[in-house]
Formats: sequence, C-alpha cells, structure tokens
Amino acid sequence: MSRKPLIREVPPTTWYFRHPRYLRYMSREITSLFVGAYCVLLVCGLGALADGKESYEAFLLALQSPLSIAFHVAAFIAALYHATTWFNATQVAMPIQIGENFVPGSWISGAHYVVWALLSVVVILLAGVF
Amino acid sequence: METIQTDVAIIGAGGAGLRAAIALAETDPKLRIALISKVYPMRSHTCAAEGGAAGVIKPDDSFDIHFDDTVGGGDWLSDQDCVEYFVHEAPKELLQLEHWGCPWNREPDGSVAVRPFGGMKKKRTWFAADKSGFHILHTLFQTSLQFDSIKRYDEYFALDLLVDAGRCQGLTAMDMRSGQLRQFHARAVIIAGGGAGRMFPFTTNGAIKTGDGMAMAYRAGAPLKDMEFVQYHPTGLPNTGSLLTEACRGEGGILVNKHGRRYLQDYGMGPETPVGQPQLKTMELGPRDRVSQAYWHELQKGNTVTTPWGECVLLDMRHLGTKKINERLPLVRELAESYLGVDIVKDPVPIRPVVHYMMGGISTNTQAATPLPGLFAAGECACVSLNGANRLGSNSLVELLVFGRRAALSAIEHIEKTPAANTAALEACADQTQQRIRALFSRTAGTESVAGLRKEMMTTMEEHAGIYRTEAGLQAAVARIHELRERYRRVVLTDRTNVYNTDLFQTLELGSMLDCAEAVTVGALARKESRGAHQRLDFPERDDKNFLRHTMVYHQGADAPRIDYLDVVITRSQPGIRDYSGGHQ
Amino acid sequence: MKERLIRLEVFRYNPDTDTEGHYQHYEVSCLEEWVVLDALNKVKETLDPTLNFRWSCHMAVCGSCGMMINGEPRLACHTFLRNYPGTIRVEPLVHFPVERDLVTAPDDFMEKLKRVKPWIIRKDKQPIEQGEYRQTPKELLRFRQYAMCINCTLCYAACPEYGLTRHFIGPAALALAHRYNQDSRDQGRDERQEVVATKEGVWECTFVGACSEVCPVHVDPASALQQMKIASSFDWIKEHLLPGGGK
Repeated sequence: MSRKPLIREVPPTTWYFRHPRYLRYMSREITSLFVGAYCVLLVCGLGALADGKESYEAFLLALQSPLSIAFHVAAFIAALYHATTWFNATQVAMPIQIGENFVPGSWISGAHYVVWALLSVVVILLAGVF
Repeated sequence: METIQTDVAIIGAGGAGLRAAIALAETDPKLRIALISKVYPMRSHTCAAEGGAAGVIKPDDSFDIHFDDTVGGGDWLSDQDCVEYFVHEAPKELLQLEHWGCPWNREPDGSVAVRPFGGMKKKRTWFAADKSGFHILHTLFQTSLQFDSIKRYDEYFALDLLVDAGRCQGLTAMDMRSGQLRQFHARAVIIAGGGAGRMFPFTTNGAIKTGDGMAMAYRAGAPLKDMEFVQYHPTGLPNTGSLLTEACRGEGGILVNKHGRRYLQDYGMGPETPVGQPQLKTMELGPRDRVSQAYWHELQKGNTVTTPWGECVLLDMRHLGTKKINERLPLVRELAESYLGVDIVKDPVPIRPVVHYMMGGISTNTQAATPLPGLFAAGECACVSLNGANRLGSNSLVELLVFGRRAALSAIEHIEKTPAANTAALEACADQTQQRIRALFSRTAGTESVAGLRKEMMTTMEEHAGIYRTEAGLQAAVARIHELRERYRRVVLTDRTNVYNTDLFQTLELGSMLDCAEAVTVGALARKESRGAHQRLDFPERDDKNFLRHTMVYHQGADAPRIDYLDVVITRSQPGIRDYSGGHQ
Repeated sequence: MKERLIRLEVFRYNPDTDTEGHYQHYEVSCLEEWVVLDALNKVKETLDPTLNFRWSCHMAVCGSCGMMINGEPRLACHTFLRNYPGTIRVEPLVHFPVERDLVTAPDDFMEKLKRVKPWIIRKDKQPIEQGEYRQTPKELLRFRQYAMCINCTLCYAACPEYGLTRHFIGPAALALAHRYNQDSRDQGRDERQEVVATKEGVWECTFVGACSEVCPVHVDPASALQQMKIASSFDWIKEHLLPGGGK
C-alpha cells in the first residue's frame, strides 16, 4: 500500500462553532448588520424630511414606538462593540515607529478613543443638547 | 525502482546543502540539481545555531589574527591551508548572505555589528540577535526558492551511495511518505547531512542529527577523520540540553561555582576580569574545550551546585540588564524561562556542558572533495580540518557557507571530466539497498528493540567517551559498541507499513549512529594524548611527536574498522602554547 | 521532581488499514516539567513504536512538531504538561491532509511560500566587493519581527479563511512577503503585489486574528496583512484618484 492522505473537510456553515475565538469573530461580524440597518433608517429619515413636514413628523412618531426603541438600544450596543473592537485592532493594523522603537499599541488605540470622545462632544453640542 | 536522473545530488538541505545548491544554480543554470533531505529544509538543525558567524570585517582585525585564533583554538590539528582559504572566504560569504537579506544586527551607521566570542582575539562574530543560525537557514532557503533548477526532494531518506568504477555516481533514497525506494543517478554527490550528536544522551542537537551522511560515506569506503573530537558546549540547560549561546558570555555573562567563585581563573584562563567587562580570549571568553573541562574539575572538587537536574554551575547574566538581554539574548531568556523556570534578568541560570558538535567527519580536502571521486562533503558532516581538535564558536556557520559553495564548485569541475555512467551497474548497486530494506522488513526472529539499543549506545558514549577519557573506559566502549552493532543486526521492526514509518527511520538512524560511535571510540582509544576536546586522564599531555596527525577510520563491514593516519598540513604556525590568560602567562 | 500519570488521546490514521481516523488512549508517567512532545516520545519508546509524529529541535525553532493540542494549534515541544491537568487530546494540524497519525502534508504552504517571492529583489545589484548594503538598526526593526517566522504552519491551522478557501495564500507566506517589502534592501514590492494584493492574497483575509494568537514566535501575521491592505489601498487611491496615477 502507499499514500492515501486523509482530507478532513471544514464544515462550511458551522465552522465557527469549532472554537470560541471564531464565535467572537462572528459576533463582531453580526454587529455590522445593526450598523447597516441604522444607516438605512437614517436614509429613510432623510427621505421623509425631503417629502415634507407631515411625512417627517410621522417618521419621528414611528421612532417612538417600543419596537423602534428596542432596535435603537440593540443598534447602539452593537455599534459600541463594533467600535471598541475596531479601535483595539488599530494598533495591530498601523504600528508607528518613532526612532527605533514602536509606539506602544495602547497609545494608538487610546488616541482613537480620545478622538471618538471629542467628536461625540462636538455632535452633542451641534445637536443643541447643552 | 524509479530512477531519477540528475547532474548533482545533494544530501541534506541545511546551511551547507542549500549554499551548495544555490552556488550550483548560479554558476550553471542548466545543471539539474536534486536537493534531498529527510526533513523540510527549514527544519534542518542549522536553525538552532544561536550566537553568530565569524568573518573579518572591522578595520582593527586581520585575516592573520582569525587564522591564528582558529589554529590555536584547534590545538594545531587544523590543516593550515584550509584555515587560510577559510578566513579569506569568510567575509565574502557573510556579505553574500547580507545581500540575500540576512537580518544581521547593525551599528548605528548601518554597517554590520560584531560581537566578542570565545577564543577569538578580536570582535568578529556577525550576529542576528541570538537566532543567527535560524536567520542564515531561512535566508538561504528562501533565496533558493527563486531557482527552478533546484529540484527539492523533501522528506526523502537517503540510504546508500551508488559507487561504480571507483566513483560515486548517485544514491538510493526512500520517499518517506510513500515508502517507495528511488535511485538518483548523479554525476556528482555532495553530502551535507550534519553531525551525529544524538549518539549521546545529553546534547544540544535535534533529533535529526544522527550522522546518516557520515555513515553513508563511511560505508561506501570514504574514511571518517578525527571522529574522536566531540565538542561539549559549556552552557546547556541541565534538563533539556538546550543551548544557551556562547554570546551569553560574549556579552558579559559570568560562570560561578557554588561558592560564587569565578572558577575559570583556576584553570589557566585567569586572572579574573571585571564583571560586565569581558576581555577577549580570557576567563569566560576562553575556548569551549577548556571551559567545559573546567566544569569537570569543579565537579570532582565538589564545587558544583546540586539541582533537581543534576550537578550544575551557574551562568550569571543579571548585570547585563533587561534592555541588553532583550535586545541581544531574547531566545536565551525565553528558553531559560519556559524550560527551567528561571528568569535570567533576575537569577543566575544553572547550566552544564552538553554535547554540541563533531569536529570530525567525512574526510575532505580544502576543495571539499573526499578521497572517493565524485563524492564531496561540507558542513558538520565533513572534516575539512578547519576546526582541528576544538572548534571555535561562530566558525561553523561560516564553514557551512564557505565549504558548501566550495563543494558545489568542485562538483562542477568534476562532472566536466566525468565519463558516461554504466546504468546497469548502478541499478545493480541500488538493488543492494532494496535487499537490505526488504531483509529488515521481513525479519521476524529477533529480540532487540531500537529504543533499547539506542539507550545502551548513549549510556556507553556518555560514560566512556565524554569530556575526560581513559584507556580502560575506551576499551570497554569499543567492545560495547562492537557488540551493539552485532545486536543491531537482530533488530525487529514493530511497524511494517510503508507510509511515514518512523519506526523504520529510527532503526536506520540507529544504524548510522552506531557506525559513527564506532569511529569515535576506536579513534579515541588509539589517540594516546590529550588535545583540544579529546582529553585522556592517562595521557594528559599533547604529544606532537606521535599525534600531530589526523585519525582516519575506514569501514570494514562487520569487522573492526581499520585506522590510518594523515599528516596535518602546517604552513606557518608551529604548534605552541594555547594562551587564554589575556597574555599573563 | 514530581511525576504524574498523563492520559493522552491521540489521533491515529494509517492509510494501509484505515479509511477514517480514530483515537487511541495512552497512559504514561511523566515529569511535571515535561512538554507534550516528551510524553509522546515516551509513548513511542515504551508503549507503541508505531505512533508517528515529526520533531527535532525541542526548543521551538525548527517548527516540526506543530499539532492540535486540546483543539489549539501548538508546538508540542513548547506545550507544558503543567498547564494541562486533564486528558490531553492530540491531533494532526487541521486544514492539512493527514499522511499518517500526526503527520500532515504541508505541500500547499510550500507552494504558496514560493509564490510570494520571499527573497531580496534588486534592480541595481551591488557587487559583494563594495561591502554590505547599509541598514540602520531602525530599518532592521521595521521587518525583523516578520523574519522570525519558523514556518510551523500553526497559523494556517488557526485561520478559518484558509480552511474554507484553499486558494488563500495564507498568513505565514503573506507575512514573509511583508517582511521583504519592509526590508530597506529590497526593491521587489511591485512584483509581489501581483500575488499579494489580490483576492487570493490579503483581500481574502477578513481579520479574524487567529493567526497572531497562535503564533509561537510572535510574528503577528495579522498585523502584517492589515498593513499590506492599507498600503494596497493607498496604491489604488494614488492610481485611480490622483492626477497622473500618482506618479
């Protein structure tokens, strides 16, 4: 007898159950569905605004439904998870070398959090909350 | 049996084999090159070399000083024409490697950095942190990928050389994955199969270093030279035998006994130098043979530290500081931490000498040619007589390159004048391999196991062929190895299947090691003097009158081997005193 | 030193007799400080000479002994028994064909490694006589981490992308492409881009990051791949959006 290599196929639809790190990865991928859905919602809002005052007010009213609030909470949590994991990944994707040494990864991620916080403040100010 | 036609067959795809393959491909792109190895090239043991590679590059250094260091370090058993060639070629080869991408450490101005090493009077060891061999191997392997004429036969276990009309004209090998035998018909063969440290139980050598290349040449009639010279590296981890590079001491690490005394000063390597200011060719920067022998004396005096892993001395690197250790010795730190649980930044690490390198090997001349026409050899498996009785740290990585290339050039010269092969004769020769393997597979009556015989061989070598040797011990060793070779003929395979049968490969490797062990022990018994790594308690002095010559051991089948001698080539350095006292003696 | 009875559950496959793999149990007494490889060697020496696996250096530098240990791709010589209180399950690296027992065939990786041209490419070769190419310690540090790859292929066993789409060049080979791209002595990035910046190359990577988590020598292939994606994106912007193709 001679060679007969054993091929072990990877299950194409359930592969991510093989390891917790794959599940973590998939859960992050799923958060982008919520981010996407929220973008669609924003576009709808813009459309309503373009259609006139009545249409926009109906849109705002619809946003206050319990279903809509539940969606917003879920989308907000998903966006937070997506953003933090993304910021934490930036240190891997863009190392910065100053002199001989590389800037510590926490600085790069930290800078993203700082910019995020500043932008949030600007948005809140523009929205006239304060 | 399938036949593969090639121009040059190379056995072994480590540093020397890869360097030879690249030299062949570059010199003549039309050559067909078969690169045969029992492991994938990047698994070869070159990857475990740590400290660096010596070559004259800095303005305060010279070829003459490198020559003198090497010849003196080798206790005048080096062939001086070979050393002369080597020191001149060394920097060219290291620069070539730099051009191929080897990540050598650098000076701030971008030039190559060098570090001090044992037995070297100048700083001339090029290094890539403490993974120099690893980077050399991968640079060579990756560079070799661009040459389509290098046809690799990965995981082919070379078995026998094909010799006809007094010339080596190929080999037989087994495709390890299918178990099928192949014959390679080649116009020249280069062996670059590495050393045989696995004869000993306690070694820095990887599992693959079983002397297959040496044994193959030996069985085919080429002599093994100076096999009794086995180098102990002074600083190995006491449990796994893993190497802690000589660069630990080059960078300033010190060796102390249980009283905290830097004991090397008591063995002709003093006076003591200030801690953290290593002085070349003194104290911890003495040569490996002397430093390992000092351990043995400390052990006799009861000055060693008792650890769960046996008697040790301590290597203290704490004063180097975290930054230097992380920058220059990161692997050493990692090894000590994970395998021994010692952080070298905080504590001294217990170490003991461990078998590291074979100075001996297949006898070659400066052209890397063996006495068997058509057969060339390079690297640790060869004894070109560069290292004499004791190799200096950081000469062997360069030896791979210089003589790997030289073997390739010699092979090209050889094939230009080679007549056509007698194919039928080669096939008849290959049939003998087939019969040998068939016999091994069909043998059922037998009581010997590979693991059992291997253990007995290792114990014998450790007990009688170690750092210090005696007549009685060596006589016992010769008799024992002879007996083991006989019993080896009764080994029975447990596994008789074809695909990746490591039971079979370990059996074949044991056969190779027993052949090498025979050459080591008979050579050591016959050499009634102490020189370099060969130390006899009953003949403590060097005897230039009778033994300034190379031991040549010839295989005689099942009988005891024949020993002959060959004069050492001396050009300009007469045997003298090896002075490692910083000029104080 | 403390001894412990170690229970191993080892994947066996012999093409001569088997159509599927199966598991065999062994019990061996081991020192607590040993690694999984030591336990396997003891099994081979004392219990079962027919068990097959690769190993050599026993110091995590030759890359031979990659295997799945309790479902995680690891080097057996660098996996300490002290961290495994229960039964240890040992299997061949996933995503590679099994030749026998724990021995897999890395042919696909070897072929892909060659495709990224992992060697110095120069347009103007400097003769050896003129000495070394100058390279500052800073320039060396830009690529040295990626030159540490021991080709153990653990990252290929960890990468789900490679498991699903076999045309993916994969983490180690692409990280080595990055190693040469980042080397100040190299001028071959354009040539490598033909393989690297494709759907078989970095764009097949979805940044799971498993490769970097399992790498025994901290090469961080995920970092290399993301950097190459960013650089390739800039190439595209320069070519398509800047006047004159950014030339």
